[in-house]
Amino acid sequence: MITSVAWRNIWRNPLRSGIIITAITIGMFAGVFSATFMKGWMNQRLEAGIETETSHIQIHNPEYRKNYDIRQFIPKGFELAEQIATNPAINGVSPRVTIQSMIASAETGTGVKIMGIIPEKEKQVTSLSEYVTEGDYFESISRNPIVIGKKLSEKLKIRSKSKVVITLQDTDGNLTGGAFRVCGIFDTANSMYEETNVFVRYQDLARLGMLPEGVAHEIIVHLHDQDDLLPTTLALREQQSDLEVLNWKELTPELGYLNEIGNLYTYIFVIIILLSLGFGIVNTMLMVVMERVKEIGMLMAIGMGKLRVFLMLMFETILLTLTGGTIGIMLGLGASLALQQNGINLSNWAQGLEDFGYSAIVYPVVEVEMVVVIFILVILTGILASLYPARKALKYNPADAIRTE
Amino acid sequence: MTIIEITELFKTYNDSEIQVHAVNGVDLNIEEGEFTAIVGPSGSGKTTLLNMLGGLDQPTSGSIRIDDTDLGKLKSSQLIDFRMKNIGFVFQSYNLIPVLTAKENVEFVMHLQGRPKKEREARTMQLLEAVGLKGRENSRPSKLSGGQQQRVAVARALASKPKFVLADEPTANLDSKSTENLLNIMEELNKQEKITFIFSTHDQRVVNKAHRVITLEDGKIISDNRKK
Repeated sequence: MITSVAWRNIWRNPLRSGIIITAITIGMFAGVFSATFMKGWMNQRLEAGIETETSHIQIHNPEYRKNYDIRQFIPKGFELAEQIATNPAINGVSPRVTIQSMIASAETGTGVKIMGIIPEKEKQVTSLSEYVTEGDYFESISRNPIVIGKKLSEKLKIRSKSKVVITLQDTDGNLTGGAFRVCGIFDTANSMYEETNVFVRYQDLARLGMLPEGVAHEIIVHLHDQDDLLPTTLALREQQSDLEVLNWKELTPELGYLNEIGNLYTYIFVIIILLSLGFGIVNTMLMVVMERVKEIGMLMAIGMGKLRVFLMLMFETILLTLTGGTIGIMLGLGASLALQQNGINLSNWAQGLEDFGYSAIVYPVVEVEMVVVIFILVILTGILASLYPARKALKYNPADAIRTE
Repeated sequence: MTIIEITELFKTYNDSEIQVHAVNGVDLNIEEGEFTAIVGPSGSGKTTLLNMLGGLDQPTSGSIRIDDTDLGKLKSSQLIDFRMKNIGFVFQSYNLIPVLTAKENVEFVMHLQGRPKKEREARTMQLLEAVGLKGRENSRPSKLSGGQQQRVAVARALASKPKFVLADEPTANLDSKSTENLLNIMEELNKQEKITFIFSTHDQRVVNKAHRVITLEDGKIISDNRKK
C-alpha cells in the first residue's frame, strides 16, 4: 500500500515530477553514454596496444632491457619458442631479434627500433599485418624488404618501394648498415609507434647484426584468452626461471592504469551528475512535504507511524529517481548500442588523438557491471535525497499540522 | 460502561508573558455508545480537549484514561499505535488521501493494522453501503462532493471498529442537506455499531442531534446536559 501510495503521489503534480524526471533522464543518459564511450575508447587503446604493439607476454634475456645490448639475446630462442607454443593457453609464439638503429632516406634520418621477425609467426602474435595500408606485408619484395609506419614514411618523405638505409652496431661492436626497400606501410592509431618501429625479416637482420643462428632478443607470446594472462605468466616464469618473463601490464603499466582510471573517471563523473541532480530532488521533495503538511498530520493522527511516513516519502523519492534514472540509462544504452556499428567519428581531432595512440573512431562498449553500478548509484541517490525531507516531515506535530490552511 | 475517564485535566500554554489555560480543570466521564457534542465559543478549549482525547496533544496535568489505559503514560510510538486501534477521526476538511479511491481510503487504517484482505474488503463495502456510497467505491475524492467525502471519512473512522470517534467540526464545510444526511448516518452507525461519537462543534444541528451536550467556556465545563 505504501509503495502504491508513493507511486501515485509522484503523479499528483505531473509537471513538477515530469521536470525532475526529465532532468534525471538527461543526466543518466549523459552518464551512461559517456561511460560506454570511455570504456570503448580505453578498450580500443588497450586492444590496439596489445594486438599491435606488445602482445600478451614477452620473454627476454634478463640483461637485455637494461640497455638493449644486441649481445644480450636468448640463446636457442627459436627452440624455446617451439617449446612454449605447446602450452594450450597460447595462441602463437614469435621469436624476434631487435636492435636500436638509425634509418635514413634521401631526405632525412631518425632513430628507430628495428625488429627482425618471421612474418608468418608474427601474424599469430600481433595483428600489425592487418594495418598495412600501402604495399604489403613481406610478400612482394624478396630482397631486404622493410615495413615501416605511416608517420615514419611521412617524416622520411618516402613511400612504398622507396629505398632506406639502416645503420646499426653489430655484435662485434662494428657500425654496419644495409639497404632495404619499403614493401609495406602500416597505419595504426598510434603515431608514436609508427614513427619509432620498423620490421624486417629475421634472417636479414640477424645477418646484418652478426647474430648467431636461432637466437632471439624477444619471444612474443599471444594467448587465446586474456583471462589466462596471469596464470600463463606465472607458469612461464616458473619454467624459464633464468629468463625475464613479463606480461603487457608489466611492460606497459600505463595501459593497465588507463583501463582502471577510465573506470574510475566514469564513476566519478556519474557521481557528480547524481550529486547535482540530488539537490534538485531534495528541493522537489521539500516542496512536496511542505505542501502536504495537513495530509501528513492526518496520516499520523489516524495511526500511521513515523517509520511508515518516513518510508512512504523515501519510496516516493526513490521511485521518482528510479523513473528518470531507468529511462536515462535505457536511452544511454540504446544510443551506445546504435553507435556500436559505425562508431563515433572524432576525426576532427584525429591527429592529436593518434599522437597518443587513440583511435579517432570510437565504438562504445556496454558492460553489464557498469550499468548495474550506475543503477545502484541512482537508488542510493534517491535514498540519500529522501532523508532530509522525510526527516522534516516527521517533526510535524499532528495536531498543528491538521490545522494548517 | 465508562470508556473515557478524564480527571483534573489542564492544558496551559505559555505565550510570551501570558499563560493561557486552554483546558482549565476538566473532569469528565464518557460512556460507551454516547453521541456527545462539546460546544462553546471559539477559544473555549474544545479542540484542545479533543486533541488530548485523541492522544495528539499531551496535558500539562491531569489524566485521560481510555478503558484502563492512561494516555499520559504512553510513549509517542505507543500513542500512534493506540490511536490506530482505538480511535477514529473525522476532520473538518475531510482529509482523505487524494490519490486513493473511496474504498482504499476506508481500507487504509485496516491496511496499517495488517488485517487480511478479505476482512478489509468486507468491512469496507459494509461501511460504504451504510454511508450510502455503494457504487462510488472506486471514485477518488476529487470526484466526490463535500458531503460524500465526509461520509467516506466517517466510514474510514469506523473501519477499524474503534472505541470512539472524534469528530472536530465535521459539518463546518457542508451545506444543510449534506449535514442532515451525515448526521443521520452517524446517528444510525452510533446505534448499529455502538461506537461512541464525540463532536466538537458550533453547529446547532449537531447539538440538536446529540444525546449529550457539554458546554465549555474558558477551558472549563459550564454545563453537561443529557437529553432523554
